[in-house]
Amino acid sequence: MRKKVIFKGVALPLLLLAPQLAITCVFFLWPAGAAIWQSVLQQDAWGLRTEFVGLRNFEEVLVDPAWREAAWNTLVFSAAVATSAMAVALFLAVQADKSIRGANLYKTLLIWPYAVAPAVAAVLWLFLFHPSIGLIGRALNQAGILWDYKLNGGQAMLLVIIASAWKQVSYNFIFFLAGLQSIPRSVLEAAAIDGARPTRRFWTVVFPLLSPTTFFLLVVNLVYAFFDTFGVIHALTGGGPGKATETLIYKVYVEGVQNTNLGSSAAQSVILMVLVIAMTVVQFRFIERRVHY
Amino acid sequence: MASLELTGIQKAFGATQVLHGIDLAVAEGEMIVIVGASGCGKSTLLRIVAGLETPSQGSVRIAGREVTGLEPADRDIAMVFQNYALYPHMSVFQNMAYGLKIRGTPKAEITRRVGEAAELLGIAALLERRPRQLSGGQRQRVAMGRAIVRQPKLFLFDEPLSNLDAKLRVQMRAEIRRLQRRLGVTSLFVTHDQTEAMTLGDRLVVMHAGHAAQVATPMEIWARPADTYVAGFIGSPAMNFLEGVLVEGGRAVLLRAGPVLHFADGPRAGPDGQRLIIGIRPEHMRRDPEAGLGLALDLVEPLGSETVLHGRLPGGEALTAKLHGAVPAAGGALRLAIPAAELHVFDAASGRRLDAGP
Amino acid sequence: MPPDTTLAAPVALLPQDATLAVRTARRQRRERWLTHFWLLLGVLVFALPIWITLVGSTHDASTIGRGDVPLLPGTHGLENYAAAFATGGSGRFRASPAGLMLWNSALMAMLIATGKIAISLLSAYAVVFFSFPGRMLAFWTIFLTLMLPVEVRIIPTYQVIVDLDLFNPMAGLTIPLIASATATLLFRQFFLTIPDEYVEAAKIDGAGPLRFFRDILLPLSVTNIAALFVILFIYGWNQYLWPLLVVNDRSLETIVVGLAKMIGSGDAQNEWNVIMATAVLALLPPVLVVVLMQRWFVKGLTETEK
Repeated sequence: MRKKVIFKGVALPLLLLAPQLAITCVFFLWPAGAAIWQSVLQQDAWGLRTEFVGLRNFEEVLVDPAWREAAWNTLVFSAAVATSAMAVALFLAVQADKSIRGANLYKTLLIWPYAVAPAVAAVLWLFLFHPSIGLIGRALNQAGILWDYKLNGGQAMLLVIIASAWKQVSYNFIFFLAGLQSIPRSVLEAAAIDGARPTRRFWTVVFPLLSPTTFFLLVVNLVYAFFDTFGVIHALTGGGPGKATETLIYKVYVEGVQNTNLGSSAAQSVILMVLVIAMTVVQFRFIERRVHY
Repeated sequence: MASLELTGIQKAFGATQVLHGIDLAVAEGEMIVIVGASGCGKSTLLRIVAGLETPSQGSVRIAGREVTGLEPADRDIAMVFQNYALYPHMSVFQNMAYGLKIRGTPKAEITRRVGEAAELLGIAALLERRPRQLSGGQRQRVAMGRAIVRQPKLFLFDEPLSNLDAKLRVQMRAEIRRLQRRLGVTSLFVTHDQTEAMTLGDRLVVMHAGHAAQVATPMEIWARPADTYVAGFIGSPAMNFLEGVLVEGGRAVLLRAGPVLHFADGPRAGPDGQRLIIGIRPEHMRRDPEAGLGLALDLVEPLGSETVLHGRLPGGEALTAKLHGAVPAAGGALRLAIPAAELHVFDAASGRRLDAGP
Repeated sequence: MPPDTTLAAPVALLPQDATLAVRTARRQRRERWLTHFWLLLGVLVFALPIWITLVGSTHDASTIGRGDVPLLPGTHGLENYAAAFATGGSGRFRASPAGLMLWNSALMAMLIATGKIAISLLSAYAVVFFSFPGRMLAFWTIFLTLMLPVEVRIIPTYQVIVDLDLFNPMAGLTIPLIASATATLLFRQFFLTIPDEYVEAAKIDGAGPLRFFRDILLPLSVTNIAALFVILFIYGWNQYLWPLLVVNDRSLETIVVGLAKMIGSGDAQNEWNVIMATAVLALLPPVLVVVLMQRWFVKGLTETEK
């Protein structure tokens, strides 16, 4: 789409664009380029010499068992966060979409966790699941289930998944609710007159009509789980115990900041960039297709 | 000196030629209506006059001043838009005052002029309201007011009535006409509605495919359309067109449907056998049991005072007639006469009107 | 034959239909209760961690440290919050006083939100309302940033800061986060819906591009700006990785990062009551913004993602 009416001039629009472009170039394109550049270099142990090594950093990263473990963790973590956050959100949105008293109050009370920072969400759940001071953590231990997320990798993973998903439910809820409300009443009424019962109506009419929203949320949730949950992991487990909750983005941080292995960190960054760009492209392809059908 | 003068206006968007050389001279105080179907280029022409589009070729002169290369703001014009384009965040007063404010008109002067215009339009009580608190007709008046306060050399109207309901449209149409007369400002009014065009214009420009098909007074266009397009466009229900050939040395036409009709106003210059299109308005058809044109009715539309009949002639051509009095029901038949004085004769090849020779 | 217009004779309600009606009414009532039940459960699960934290922040350290998790508020609230606010407590992993950190977070969030909105408005205006060489290039350059979350380019971006010697920390903290493809796209989308006639009317009224921007476009964008502000304020407030990396001056610590630091390795001996009070302080401002500006927030959220 294009405006028919436009103002004349070249200097003014360029001036208006200048701040945005300057920041984009300096803080986005330059670093992205630098990451790509560094990913093909390797520094010696004393940081004195740097040599061009081609794709060796990538090879090393991809065969590194630690990286593979982090990739596997990321996969498990992201899949769990995305599916649980979306399933719960969809269920609640369907309930909140019904015409009942207090629907608006429920909405408000379900929306607010969006505002909580991932790291703060982590802290809140820590208060519940801490083995000695947490309500649930202690209850589990008293019930004979040995619970200590600081020692048990599986439990640590479960906890970061819960804390990450909890925060994301609100976001998904808002979108599912908007999606549900945009389904024309007449379609639902037609289905009711066709004799479809509510459950059936949901799976044969509502859910297919929500598929654009669902797909959009899937991509957003995966991106969220990949990147935004850094705060959850950092605040809650620090990637531990061992490396049980170390995800790819956490590993980039560890390599770059703690181990200062820039070449490897850069190569990992580049891999992640390619991943995000691929996901964004897939999403836009899909949205474009949706527009035409 | 003409108040507005267009010379050889052409406009192309990319490879599509939208206007093919429009010439027009508008006299001081005249109301010109540009009418045509959508896509005929009428809006583009208006926007070129406004300065919102630049013509590919040709020149625009307003009150003798060459303005082709000037910005809209420098042309001393005002425009009323189809959707009014009232700024939604400004009050009625601010909307009307905005143009004056930008031009640096003193405050007192602005208040006076807006007040006068509001008085004239009967919206003085609405000055503090926002556009969305107004009815369609009131918005229309504000849009007019915005144009009036500027006291421009030229008013431009871009289908300003098309967003109103039918009743209000008729009322506003009369109001615009009265106001324009009273202010005596030269005006260009674009519409696709032929009734609006006929009732509003001192003269009409009927546009067709980027050409001005005819420029004339409403009555002249109705009585002597320049070609089949204009003939079919103006008048409702639309004029009937029947095929025929010239016979008897140009004095008559032999219709495909059968009868021979003699021209009342004299012979046409042209060889016998030339293919013609005969136009006859539905309201000019007469019921006549003796006449030679049989119509098989397939649809009858009673309108109360009269009845519109749709049917087919023996040759299969469709024909519409508008008659007074009782008529047979659909499925029936009746015989019709075509008064020779009401014939319009067009050349079948070019579509141009053929008048009787001197 | 004229259509039959006589009324049908009244028919008695069939007994099986009466039963069906009663059953339907009963089912509908049951479903309504079930809906309330599920929503209430959702609300409670959502609120549980907050409630525990709120309660915990009103007890003394030893109560919590013992593990007798209280479910009702205690009496030490005032002193805990005072301690958190003024000193950051006396725990092993001490952060800066929460008061200072709140101020830092607020400043950072405000700068990021207003900065993003300002430069996005300007660039969207340029892209939509002007035709100039390089227009599409500029648009795609901005669009590209959408694909590069700060987390994936964190180390190289940090190096840029070092290279530029941008260690005025507030500037280093906020400026790299200010470029925003999302906001630019939102404003572009919105500007495209503004009828051409407004621009034409403004041109005929004699308004130039800057005047049009100020008098017409900006007032029309107010709700969009408000909606976006809510989203971006939260985005800014909740930043974690970037401040963690850039801020090495304790006086500039933000509350989200500071809170996480207070946890340390999560020892039971931590001064949990003060930590909990700090947690409440850390989440209160953005939550308030969302709850109080809910309408704008939902609008902003659903529209930026179109």
